[in-house]
Amino acid sequence: MTKLWKKYILWFAQEHVDFRVAEFESIVKLFGLQFRNLSEHRQKPFWLVEFPNDETAHQYASRSIALRSIIELYSHAHTFPEFHKQLQNHVHLHQGALKEFFKANSFKVTVETYNKHFSQREKVEKIETMDYLPIEGAVNLKNPQVEWWYLEFWGLDPTAVPAEPEDILFGRMLVHGQRHLIKQLSLKQRKFIGNTSMDAQLSLLMANQALVRDGDLVFDPFVGTGSLLVSAAKFGGYVLGADIDFMMVHARCRPSRITQKVRDKDESIRANLQQYGCANRYMDVLVADFSNPLWHRRITFDSIITDPPYGIREATEKVETKVNPKDNTRTADMAHYPSTSHYALHHLYADLLEFGATHLKLGGRLVCWLPFHREDYNETIIPQHTHLRLVANSEQPLAGNTARRLLTYEKHMEYIKEEKLNENSNDTQLTTAVSQNFRERYFNTNGEIESRQERRMRKAALREQGRLEMEMRGKLPSDGRAKKCDLNKARFN
Amino acid sequence: MKLSTYNFLTSMAIKGVKVGYPLKLTINKKDVIESEFNPVFIERLLPKLDWSAVYSAAQVAELADDIPAAQPDNVAEDEQLLQRLHHLLFEIDVLEGQLECPETGRVFPITDGIPNMLLNEDEV
Repeated sequence: MTKLWKKYILWFAQEHVDFRVAEFESIVKLFGLQFRNLSEHRQKPFWLVEFPNDETAHQYASRSIALRSIIELYSHAHTFPEFHKQLQNHVHLHQGALKEFFKANSFKVTVETYNKHFSQREKVEKIETMDYLPIEGAVNLKNPQVEWWYLEFWGLDPTAVPAEPEDILFGRMLVHGQRHLIKQLSLKQRKFIGNTSMDAQLSLLMANQALVRDGDLVFDPFVGTGSLLVSAAKFGGYVLGADIDFMMVHARCRPSRITQKVRDKDESIRANLQQYGCANRYMDVLVADFSNPLWHRRITFDSIITDPPYGIREATEKVETKVNPKDNTRTADMAHYPSTSHYALHHLYADLLEFGATHLKLGGRLVCWLPFHREDYNETIIPQHTHLRLVANSEQPLAGNTARRLLTYEKHMEYIKEEKLNENSNDTQLTTAVSQNFRERYFNTNGEIESRQERRMRKAALREQGRLEMEMRGKLPSDGRAKKCDLNKARFN
Repeated sequence: MKLSTYNFLTSMAIKGVKVGYPLKLTINKKDVIESEFNPVFIERLLPKLDWSAVYSAAQVAELADDIPAAQPDNVAEDEQLLQRLHHLLFEIDVLEGQLECPETGRVFPITDGIPNMLLNEDEV
């Protein structure tokens, strides 16, 4: 028996266009969905696709963040006469099946036009051109039983709108996507956020890329304020995080909201999960340095979702051995915060991929961001690991000449450490030239690259000069250090 | 810190430490946070757990009567044991305490329920 494949319109929000293909593939894999005849043009705000049944469409919509709605297609054409002919044909052919919708008590027609604006009156006129539809119910704009969608697509380029629409579509609204979650998890309302909290939409997209499902164990080694854990927990994952920043993990770092001087006592990553009703998905967060091994070999994660620091808003740090020229003045009972050293991005990614290969389950996914300068992007800057396969790679432009890519890796073979004979074998392949200088080049647009130390010395010299000039003018310099200490104390009391 | 997390932590990052497992747990202050019992998740977690560390955690948490010293064969079918494991591994939250490296005696403090696994620059 042949299945009754039906045609659907996937109507997307035209935002993060590069991510929707990857998201579609991930959700298809997550539920094992069938589809065919997917439209070729992936940049358009709508795709046409065939699913074997409505259930498949519902499953896809139950996870998609890029999707606005799925519409059961009745007619699609490039000219008006052809459109109306097809629609009349479709209604005639499927009379029996469509009867219940046309006979419904109330209905609404939504007119959506892309790349061209129409007034309310013009929209109503468009609806009236379809007066041959055997709709019987009354109009109800608030709570209709059936919702019809009429769509016109006027090209993608706002500077060259065509004289006639390129596509005209009509169908019955079937189901909405998950875009309401973007508002629900919005950072604006979230209890605990920081400078580098990932916005709700992207973190939800990441959870989809990671195929997070109910009962998964999800880990973020650079957890920060836990923004990625929120979306993973929302989709049913049990979440675990680690970060090198003690103050951040304890939610005692400087507040990033302009209206807030001191962090609230009850701010924490756990409180964020509580806020969204997934507190029982919280496993733990801990203070740990990613560059040093911490986890037992036996632990495997279903997915690793992370946004490593790029060295711009959050420093890339690790603890490493260094020779201290001064005498050790520490006593055993004294609190000591280890001094950190620069954690070069290419080392960080090498460690991350190695960690993923070791601690992911077979088929588990590693989802992470890679920042880069757009002029030197090519396929070769993407870090590679012999046991991880790159399955998706989507770009988000950032400020100026920079961008970042969301990389999704899937572990495709078991990784046995003993295979590795020497420490520096070539399991991880990546070019250092690019990532190495990301921070330096970001801050020095004039092309000169200065090291962190040179920069620090230059700034110190500037401050010293300023202080001397102030003294010459007879002004007393204020004690900046004492001020900072007071602020730090205030954060704890 | 939950006792499930405890089961996975090692101190192998310390210079000279080979295994660093299991860490010696001390609980000074704990809390019980009730959470939804999810048998599927516990079953999935079981093969990742080290039973002797589960048992020693139970001893420290004064729940050793609930947990057998050796792993029974059919844990997944024993609903009552799964419930007890759920309580031990997910509902007990160590607020204050410490983890101690079995080889060097280095102590990792747990404050506000968050273990600090950071090492000093002369220890890595």
